[in-house]
Amino acid sequence: MPDLPLLQVSGLACRRGADWLFRDLNFSVRPGQLVWLRGHNGSGKTTLLRAVSGLTDPDEGHLIWAASSHAAHEPRSQRLVYVGHLNAMKDDLTVCESLQFIARLHGQDGSRPRVLEALRLLGMHHRRNAAVRTLSQGQRRRAALARLVLESDAALWVLDEPFDALDIAGIDTVNGLLKAHLARGGSVLLTSHLPLDASALPATELTLGPEAAA
Amino acid sequence: MTAGILFTVAARDLKLARRRRIEALLPVVFFVVAASLYPFGVGPELQMLREIASGIVWVCALLAAMLSLNTLYVSDYADGSLEQMVLSRESLVLIAAGKALAHWVLTGLPLILASPLIGLFFGMASGTIAVMTLTLLLGTPVLSLLGSVGAALTLGLRSGGVLILLLVLPLCIPVLIFGAGAVTAFDAGLSAQGHLSLLGALLLVSGLGAPWATAAALRISIAS
Repeated sequence: MPDLPLLQVSGLACRRGADWLFRDLNFSVRPGQLVWLRGHNGSGKTTLLRAVSGLTDPDEGHLIWAASSHAAHEPRSQRLVYVGHLNAMKDDLTVCESLQFIARLHGQDGSRPRVLEALRLLGMHHRRNAAVRTLSQGQRRRAALARLVLESDAALWVLDEPFDALDIAGIDTVNGLLKAHLARGGSVLLTSHLPLDASALPATELTLGPEAAA
Repeated sequence: MTAGILFTVAARDLKLARRRRIEALLPVVFFVVAASLYPFGVGPELQMLREIASGIVWVCALLAAMLSLNTLYVSDYADGSLEQMVLSRESLVLIAAGKALAHWVLTGLPLILASPLIGLFFGMASGTIAVMTLTLLLGTPVLSLLGSVGAALTLGLRSGGVLILLLVLPLCIPVLIFGAGAVTAFDAGLSAQGHLSLLGALLLVSGLGAPWATAAALRISIAS
């Protein structure tokens, strides 16, 4: 079973206006695999992540999800967590309230102790009752990524520049989360302009844009 | 998938409104101020004011409900919450219904509570005020439900605020006709039951249809 891909992408193509961002893209994501999506600005990384998440429909091609016996009838959103470049935190709510809502929205147990534990892991426990609008960009990112702790059972994490605005300690924490997720058989599809720590995180690189052909 | 998400979403929107009280009060303040400007504009003759009072209340209620529509989904769209709602394991239809419910509690309900005051102000009889309040109770949820379809359709468009008005106002005119018509009929000594039944029917149809249309429109808006 571990060798069956969780997600098989075949012939995927997305367009922005009249121009093709990418065409005939084929790759697979296996359980326990981290796919690092690379490419210059505007090469369609975010579009690809949104297509995989189901936010946009690709113009061509298919996404084939593994149908394990217990997951056969589940929609794909039950199996993936998408953290985009927007943090989905409400400025007027506190950090804890914001995260509780996101957890409940995704059918998770959004109880306060569970959310506080996740915030503690991301080093945001001391700001739990602060309004999101008072946080720095890095702190917002940490709070948004605390979702990964709450949804560690998801099969695929789709992360758009997760390290954006994080400090070194924050990057270490997120690397730890990624490593643990891979170790338990979870998969990750992410974009990052920072080099990944290759020793800790064995990544499969996937390059979009003109360099892909080279 | 449970109906609980409807109340989770509505409770969150109400909590957000509590943190911005002044903005949340805007529709009801607009309603009261706009209605109380009429005597200055059309003259203080009580008989004439009493005759046009129900129409004034209904037009002001309609405009007050439109006033806050363009902000219904805009902040969720801008901060990424809407992406997460679309990806939610819960039904987007119920989430849309929860947003419409919160919009009604924040705009419709205060208008209903303020309308007897406006009625007294225009010298309406107590029976007429009761009928008017009943029509608002049936009609304002329709405005929130139809309005959320317009708000979802115009998300991310420039000049979306104008488009909402063009899309939603024509659809709301039947509510205005039957709402104000019920009060006029009652005042003339006729039965208001026909008008009220039609308002109830509009409420049922929009309650069943609008959340689906809103959910579909949200998916289209988020995909582009």
